[in-house]
Amino acid sequence: MTVVAEAAAVAGRAAIRPPVRRRNAMSYGFVSLYAALALAFGILPTLYAVYLAFTDAEGRFAGVANFSKVVDDFRFWPAVRHVAFYLGIWLVALVVLVTLLAVVVHAIKVRWLSRTLRFVFYLPGALAGASSVLLWLFVLDPTASPVGGLLKLFGFDSFVQVIVPGNLPVIFAIIAFWTGAGGWIVIMYGALNNISDDVMEAARMDGANPVQIAWNIQLPMLRKWISYMGIMSLAAGTQLFVEPQLLSQASNAIVPNDYSLNQLAYQYAFQQNDFNGAAAISLLLLVIALALSAVFVTRGGLFERD
Amino acid sequence: MRTSVSGWSGRTIVTVMVAVFVLFFAIPIVWLVLATTKTARGLITDNPFAPGSPGHLATNWTQLFDFQDGAVTTWIGNSALYSAGALVITLVASIPAGYALALTEFRGRRLLLVLTLIVMLIPNTALVLPIFLELNVVGLIGSPLSVILPMSFFPFGVYLTYIYFSTSIPRDLLAAARIDGCREYQVFTKVALPLAAPIVALVAFFSFVQNWNNFFLPFVMLPSSDGYPVQVGLTSLLASTPAFNPSSAGVQSVQLPTLALATIVSVLPVLLVFLVSQRFLVAGMTAGGTKE
Repeated sequence: MTVVAEAAAVAGRAAIRPPVRRRNAMSYGFVSLYAALALAFGILPTLYAVYLAFTDAEGRFAGVANFSKVVDDFRFWPAVRHVAFYLGIWLVALVVLVTLLAVVVHAIKVRWLSRTLRFVFYLPGALAGASSVLLWLFVLDPTASPVGGLLKLFGFDSFVQVIVPGNLPVIFAIIAFWTGAGGWIVIMYGALNNISDDVMEAARMDGANPVQIAWNIQLPMLRKWISYMGIMSLAAGTQLFVEPQLLSQASNAIVPNDYSLNQLAYQYAFQQNDFNGAAAISLLLLVIALALSAVFVTRGGLFERD
Repeated sequence: MRTSVSGWSGRTIVTVMVAVFVLFFAIPIVWLVLATTKTARGLITDNPFAPGSPGHLATNWTQLFDFQDGAVTTWIGNSALYSAGALVITLVASIPAGYALALTEFRGRRLLLVLTLIVMLIPNTALVLPIFLELNVVGLIGSPLSVILPMSFFPFGVYLTYIYFSTSIPRDLLAAARIDGCREYQVFTKVALPLAAPIVALVAFFSFVQNWNNFFLPFVMLPSSDGYPVQVGLTSLLASTPAFNPSSAGVQSVQLPTLALATIVSVLPVLLVFLVSQRFLVAGMTAGGTKE
């Protein structure tokens, strides 16, 4: 919106603004239910987690005792490593491949082909959560797998060989990419559509080839969306739970049930009845997710009003 | 077609790459659908992409819905109840909130907006344990409300609505409605809401899909199998599948094709919503990022 239009709109609003108090009351009514939910399921639980993390089972102030307890737990650092490896692989794959695929699909001018491709990429998103993990249990079991031949080619003859701990970060990254990438490809595709034809045409007139256009024009314009994808995925990725949980169940605990940090927090809460320890882990996860997100927010210029 | 990739080799590389990814995304689904039409033995011996027979599909279907005296039906009903309940509350809460945040001024607006952005960055699962403890205090654990209420809090929906209203609805339009004598709530219901139909559908879509697929929250909140949504119920099926859990061989054991069918059945509603809403989703998903 131009400055003039903005100014006119402001002036227009000022002229016919009803009594401020009435409008205020109306606004409060509109946001009240959401605000109540935010309080009950966003703010209060966070504060409660902070309270629990710094107290002991009797509710006495415990300083950082809970944190040092969970950090000293022999299961803690392996869980951190597992989640970090997984996140590293997954995020790089997501950012690079999603951007690449979106640019390629966008460059295809045959409409039905472009639409079909987007649909094929997008469809796995319908199988999220436990369902997608279940599906990949099949795919990773060489006896039943549709790509059993491929697995055997790589020397995997049984399910147990496929899911050795060293492979898990890659496996979880593949599952997450398979379910999640399509939605982001569609979003990136939409963002590419918003780059004006004039800009693209001008670049073409200047003799830029498709790779140069992608690199110098499309990529910078996708920056915001890429950071957005980074934030959402990063934050979600730290919470790895359902994949290792189901894999642990399906492998008769060859995959440990404290593989990820979130699983460890769950173990603390429901196996050891140590809610203070669980809260400490939850809080650590929360802080890490938010801190990493902050990096993306500041670096990516997200939430800037332009 | 002088548009995309210059040169023959460049185009070949791109074609191969796209083909590989099509296979990567499509093969598991195609295979899964075919697997439901096979016997347990056929799944292993037959060509992975040879279709089975409708008879086997019927057998697998019967076995699935006979599992633990129709537990699957109960789980699907639960999923529907939780998702629909949360969806309704989400819409009632977030659409007016996004509107008010975008187009009106009130004290605390900035605070609520910033909170929404921050909470949006917090992954769903991060607050599950604290919410469990909170609901434990008020004695709601095990009740449907223990999943419906937390799922209804959907800051992403508010954010989408907020972006949509702040970028796509001219304030002049609302001002004009006021001049015409609309009261404040009428401005919302008669002018803003009809224009926001695509974003309402979008929020509903995301909310429904997310709720239906939610695993960790119901897994923690609902202790008894009767209350499971189907996503959590899948773990019971998995536990009874000898192929993945050899100790489970018995009367109630589940064969692989039945498990494959369960996987499809568990996502069928989401799949349908996907298929129906595919067209508007593409336009709608980016609605937040564009300016007219």
